[in-house]
Amino acid sequence: MEERTNPLLGTVVAGSVEKGVDIRLDAHASVEDMVVGRYVTIEGKKRRFFGMITDIRLGVTDEDISMSPPDASDPFMVEVLDGTATYGALHVLPMLTIGGDVASIIEGPQPVKTVPSHFSRVSLASEQDMELVFGKEDSQRFWIGNPLDMETKLCLNLEELVKRSNGIFGKSGTGKTFLTRLLLIGMLQKSRATNLIFDMHNEYGWEGSSESAGRKVKALKQLFPEKVAVFTLDEENSRRRGVSTDFTVRIGFDEIEPEDIAFLRQTLNLTEAATEAVYQLRRRFGRDWIQKSLDLADADETRDILQSMNIHESSFQNLRRGLATIRRLPFIVSKAPVDAVKTILEYLDRGMNVVLEFGRHMDITAYMLVANMLAHRIYRRYQEKTEASMAGNVAPPKPLVITIEEAHKFLNREVASLTIFGTIAREMRKYNVTLLVIDQRPSAIDEEVMSQLGTKITCLLDNEKDIDSVLAGISGKNELKTVLARLAPKQQALIFGHAVPMPVPIRTREWGTEASYKEFARGLDVRQQAEKDIKELFD
Amino acid sequence: MLKDKLGEVIESSTTGFTAECYELYSLPPFGSLVKTADPPVEIYGVVCQAGTSSIEPGRRPIARGKDEESEAEIYSANPQLWKLLRSEFRVLVIGHKQDGTVYHYLPPKPARIHAFVNLCSPEEVKQFSRSFDFLDLLMNAGPQVPVEELVSATLRQMSTAQEDQRSFLVAAGKELTALLGGEFTRLKAILTRLK
Repeated sequence: MEERTNPLLGTVVAGSVEKGVDIRLDAHASVEDMVVGRYVTIEGKKRRFFGMITDIRLGVTDEDISMSPPDASDPFMVEVLDGTATYGALHVLPMLTIGGDVASIIEGPQPVKTVPSHFSRVSLASEQDMELVFGKEDSQRFWIGNPLDMETKLCLNLEELVKRSNGIFGKSGTGKTFLTRLLLIGMLQKSRATNLIFDMHNEYGWEGSSESAGRKVKALKQLFPEKVAVFTLDEENSRRRGVSTDFTVRIGFDEIEPEDIAFLRQTLNLTEAATEAVYQLRRRFGRDWIQKSLDLADADETRDILQSMNIHESSFQNLRRGLATIRRLPFIVSKAPVDAVKTILEYLDRGMNVVLEFGRHMDITAYMLVANMLAHRIYRRYQEKTEASMAGNVAPPKPLVITIEEAHKFLNREVASLTIFGTIAREMRKYNVTLLVIDQRPSAIDEEVMSQLGTKITCLLDNEKDIDSVLAGISGKNELKTVLARLAPKQQALIFGHAVPMPVPIRTREWGTEASYKEFARGLDVRQQAEKDIKELFD
Repeated sequence: MLKDKLGEVIESSTTGFTAECYELYSLPPFGSLVKTADPPVEIYGVVCQAGTSSIEPGRRPIARGKDEESEAEIYSANPQLWKLLRSEFRVLVIGHKQDGTVYHYLPPKPARIHAFVNLCSPEEVKQFSRSFDFLDLLMNAGPQVPVEELVSATLRQMSTAQEDQRSFLVAAGKELTALLGGEFTRLKAILTRLK
């Protein structure tokens, strides 16, 4: 086996595949140096195991010691008992294993199907071990942070990541936005995918704010002006913030479909009957149905029309109130001068990443309406394009990642079936469109959607339900719960799922300092240089 | 070959022997490491019991100092006492040395009667105490011996020969902890006597 670089911690004394293994710490290893979430390697007789510390215990060989503890002020007694009669014990969840023979080494780490034998030696995972499991930073892997208490760069394979929908979760103020910004930058640098970001709080386009430092931090466009376009719904606000925008989105009344209203039922407070009426009005009035419905005077004539459609007066009033809320949104015009969807698609086709800022329109109605409408139409176009490419005429469209915040509003049990995001999350990559879901209440998201998320990155969560829903279906759930609940409230996250070979808690990469910006820019240079070299080679 | 002899063996068995001192009261300390030879084997043991009594079991000494000023005067007034009393010590065998190698288990044969008994030098103590395997023999010393006292006395005696006394005692303590699993009160009794 390989040369060991880290000191021994202890030996395996018990265990099972289901529950993990128990390790008794050697006398020289202090319990206080151990941290839940750290990685260890176990040298079995035939194979090596990688596992995560999920619990740390104090043990005694004799119950009498806990009943009548010795005088703690007597250092001799304490020193003698330490590591013998009183000892530290670790609970480790083995996750990956690598066989000793050449074939298995080439094959790489595999999921664990057994446990190491008795008295196998355990040591903290070295930097090389981590690199072996998670890979080095390269053209596809993006350095997202470091494993807890380690200097190793933890790299995510973003090309793999964007193949599925992913989720970022965490209580508010735990660093979701920073993490998302990092991940978006990563995707910009290391994957072929383009991004469409519905930026509710204006954090990703030009600059964001750092809660702790109380200063501004650069966002995507400042770093990668040639790859990012900022669209806005609120031109005035963007100008005031000094953001150079590329396009102002206006949405015409005639673009709003009955489905868009149906899905806003809860936020607009519409009754069942009013939602039904929407479809009838659309059938009767055609494309301009909203304008025409709002124009209906409160007269006998109106009543007749409504009666002919079997719409009750009160339902109609309920609907009118809802539609009026939409009409009050400043970016809604009777007819949009430029087709926003078309423009966004043009940018995306050129490989630009689009950030849509909402400016002052931070209310959830506006966000849901716009995000759902645009995403729906864009998705449809992608569907068409993908189908055309299947027929063999054209190249498939570039993978698209749509980022949505407050995801539980779109993906809760009631509306997940109505919105396009539910469809995208479920049907996944068939049409080359995936989601990046950002949310603080994962328990409110439809289980079916949650189960389809490929990789989940979660910051600290403390609500039992939220933790359960995030960890649903993963092996070693109970053990990971301990890890998740003990993450620091800032800059730490647990990553698990498709893009990583085993769950890993990380300290997120630094962001917001000049040095960090430079480092990111360098990453891009390397990629560009590589692309240039390849081009030159073949031209 | 054995210099500075303390006395000689007067009773012997596989697990231990009794020796009589040449000089009255020149007993080795309780728990000290002594040796006797049965060439080519050297037998090591610790002093586990010692005492002084009349040479004839039936004749008990009587009090004599009523009119004397000090204890020494009793002995000078009754010089026969030096011949009528004797000091004896019992040794628990805890190992042996053969061909230069120390073994921490019982020798193949018991000590011979009249074999000389010597106190071990610090170097010998150090060599012998490199391993704590003898502790097991000490712990099973038998009902006549106060085991906790014997173990702690032995380790204290041995520690004086070490360069780092404290770490020697800590290491010994750890060994004892393993031996006395489940008997914390006994362990505590020994450990408190080690300081």
